[in-house]
Amino acid sequence: MKSILLSIAVVLICAASPIKGYEVGDTAADFKLKNVDGKMVAMADFKTAKGYIIIFDCNTCPYSKAYSDRIIALNKKYASEGFPVIAINSNDAAQSSGDSYEEMVRVAKQKGYDFPYLVDDAQSVAKSFGATNTPHVFVLTKELKVAYIGAIDDSARNADDVTKKYVETVVDELLAGKKPSVTKTKAIGCGIKWKSA
Amino acid sequence: MKLLPITLAFFVSSCCMGQSIESVKLESLQKRIKSSDKILVINFWATWCAPCIKELPLLEKLNQDNAGVEVLLVSMDYDLDPDIEKVKRFQARKKLQSKILFLTETDPNAWIDKIDKRWTGALPATLVINTETNARELVQGELKDGQLETLIKKVTN
Repeated sequence: MKSILLSIAVVLICAASPIKGYEVGDTAADFKLKNVDGKMVAMADFKTAKGYIIIFDCNTCPYSKAYSDRIIALNKKYASEGFPVIAINSNDAAQSSGDSYEEMVRVAKQKGYDFPYLVDDAQSVAKSFGATNTPHVFVLTKELKVAYIGAIDDSARNADDVTKKYVETVVDELLAGKKPSVTKTKAIGCGIKWKSA
Repeated sequence: MKLLPITLAFFVSSCCMGQSIESVKLESLQKRIKSSDKILVINFWATWCAPCIKELPLLEKLNQDNAGVEVLLVSMDYDLDPDIEKVKRFQARKKLQSKILFLTETDPNAWIDKIDKRWTGALPATLVINTETNARELVQGELKDGQLETLIKKVTN
């Protein structure tokens, strides 16, 4: 009887506690998600990668729109250095029709994304990472250790007003074999549209 | 008796003009939080945010129905667009009655934690604060019907 009560208590506690996601220093689990070209993509597919710039993003959020050119530029600058961008859209398309797979394909084509733009239908990758916003960046090392969580830079409105390029700083430091000088930042953004429970 | 509809019309028109929108820095928002003698309900929203717009009627209703509560709608539009007129037009179009503040701060990483460490920065977010006891509840994401009333009870007891 005691053990039954205990397991009920454990279930209740687990159900009540919010999903924590990764903290800096945690090791992330790889994922396998469908890309806009129809193929499945995992981090392990990038055989020569020295790390990864994972960006939870979407089509519809004005912050995502404000940052899309900067995300393209990040991949242009760092993919060849061994830090590819992998964008993931976890928004529930039932609530946000502009984030359907078809719309993702359209936006990726229109913007000329030369990095994977993956659909996280089950929202399980966003949940395991603990992503909450769009865009929300996780910089990982080759060993999938989380090195940085947060914003791309300190000015969403205008790329010309940026004084702190957080992601670039972190990736430059990792490439130089240094410890990142910034590991966590916050930004205003759109909440990920979660499926109703 | 004939005067009643006229008086009523006058009352309705004067009540429903909507309050002026104040531009504020973080410091004055924090002062406001400390100086309020009511239960404070602070909603962080923006004119571009669909779930924010969807939940506004719940906040407007609370503002109208509960005199013991101060509702503050803090617009975060400035971060993407510094033009306050957009918010003013939105207020007029939606006939919003609750007090609206226009937060004019840049570099969100420097101040999001000062509002609440639990807040990720995603919109909408709503804080319910008992300024006497400093009990506070944070909701991230769209409010559900009845949720504000539950949280007000929670910080009051």
